[in-house]
Amino acid sequence: MSGSPAGRALDATPAMHETHHRRYLRFAWPALAVSLAVILFPWLFTLFMSVQDWKVGQDHAFTGLENYLLLARDQRFREAILHTLWFTLLAVLLPVVFGTAAAVIFHQRFPLRGFFRGIFMMPMMATPVAIAVVWTMMFNPQIGVLNYLLSLVGIAPQMWVFHQDTVIPSLVLVEVWQWTPLVMLIVLGGLSALPTEPYESAIIDGAGWWQMFRHITYPLVLPFIIVAAIVRGIDALKAFDTIFVISQGGPGTASETINMYLYLQAFAFYKVGFASAVVVVFFVLILALTLVLLWMRERTKWT
Amino acid sequence: MDLSQFGWQVRHYVRRAGLAFAVAVMVSPAVLFFLWMLSLAFKTEVDNAAYPPVFIPDRLTFANFESVFKASPFFQYFINTVIVSGGATALALLLGVPAGYGISRANAKGLAVGVLIARITPGLSYLIPLFILFQFVGLTGTLWPLVIIHLVITLPIVVWVMIGFFDTLPAQLEEAAIMDGCSEWQAFRYIALPLSRPGIVVSAILSVIFSWNNFIFGVVLAGRETRTLPVAVYNVLSFDQLSWGPLAAAGLLVTLPVLILTVFVQRDIVAGMTAGGVKN
Repeated sequence: MSGSPAGRALDATPAMHETHHRRYLRFAWPALAVSLAVILFPWLFTLFMSVQDWKVGQDHAFTGLENYLLLARDQRFREAILHTLWFTLLAVLLPVVFGTAAAVIFHQRFPLRGFFRGIFMMPMMATPVAIAVVWTMMFNPQIGVLNYLLSLVGIAPQMWVFHQDTVIPSLVLVEVWQWTPLVMLIVLGGLSALPTEPYESAIIDGAGWWQMFRHITYPLVLPFIIVAAIVRGIDALKAFDTIFVISQGGPGTASETINMYLYLQAFAFYKVGFASAVVVVFFVLILALTLVLLWMRERTKWT
Repeated sequence: MDLSQFGWQVRHYVRRAGLAFAVAVMVSPAVLFFLWMLSLAFKTEVDNAAYPPVFIPDRLTFANFESVFKASPFFQYFINTVIVSGGATALALLLGVPAGYGISRANAKGLAVGVLIARITPGLSYLIPLFILFQFVGLTGTLWPLVIIHLVITLPIVVWVMIGFFDTLPAQLEEAAIMDGCSEWQAFRYIALPLSRPGIVVSAILSVIFSWNNFIFGVVLAGRETRTLPVAVYNVLSFDQLSWGPLAAAGLLVTLPVLILTVFVQRDIVAGMTAGGVKN
């Protein structure tokens, strides 16, 4: 007898919790409605436009997959994909390496650490267009400060963003300068969550700092490094501001990424139907890359 | 005994010096860059065009800043930017704080993933359909299209940071209030909301900064009257490739508020950015 109310209460609790929980979703309805309007509507409309022959200010007509077929045959688009992948590869690897090193240093205790961390973060928070104009001046082959600094250490002057072979590495330099802090922050978040016991026993066993980094820190922090790589990869694929301001996709089309190509089709040529097809392909590419990296993250959890 | 003490001390100092050196190397790219930006903004045109570059100028000038304000209605662009990033952030807080609360308390992982999809979508892909829509509705020439499209930046930031914040806020107080007969809304309004001030501050700061910095939406949607500051800086560049002083001065004016904010509230930014980055 005495057990039954308690038993019912136990039964009731999870069910009550269920309804209780789901009712909280009402708090998200207004935001959901706005997201549907601002995010989902553009998506559906983009899919619709991508199967139309549509230029701004003209009538449009259904053309099926014509835009996609045109895109598949477009040499310039294929080159844009290659430029994007090359740029992304460099703009993920280098910040991840430097950012992890910086995180290890910022994990130490030293005076004014917060202040220095603030300084270190400035490139990431600064207005991209503002820093891009300064980089443009620094890259100037005749009177830019970068060539002067190279001349001090005896390196011949470079053409930087004004030559097709060096333009992408130069743009990556800006990207590395700008986004290494974000990798540092994410990895630092991982480091500060580390347990201390493995280090204590390692010190007792006489391990050096490199051994401790290699066998304790690195494996424990790897999931965070991969998260940083995912975030960096997505952002690098989408990079626009600095490329648009510094090189405009040039010289010629040497630094034209998918995003630059897309901008040109949509807002210089006003071919919004064709550009919508570019958007769809671009999004699939980003999604695929994200999933591959997420899959890698899952694998690191298992091994 | 003394000797080993001495050795330990030497090793200690070597370690400190190494650390100081490493920190100096790490912050120098940022420090040198922004010093160079300052120097370009305050040097005369002659000094800026000199080679080898002038590192320590004989005299400083405000002429570059004067010419920025003379060449364009820079103050108007400043007001525009404040309205756009402030408006988009206010709207995002209004919608996003309750949403973050609801998603956190309902433990709705699916909706949280929805926020991530907004994060990975390239900005340009929102622009084409919304550009057509705004033209159709006739909103071009006002600041409304910019405020609305900036929600694409601000709303995911606010929702994401607030989910993370409410996940760490224990629900017992609200549950007790509901037991006592409060509605969920009252429990949120009078208990959770007052406690969530730190989260709101972090999400508002990040949201304002990223909206302030945005260039791509402005460059497509803004007309002459509705330009935001990043677009104004870009226009200085495209009209005047060669006068570096005004260009650097314009860039400095745009990004200075953000830089000052960054150094002062770096702790909050770290909290917000890592909540955004680490939790996916």
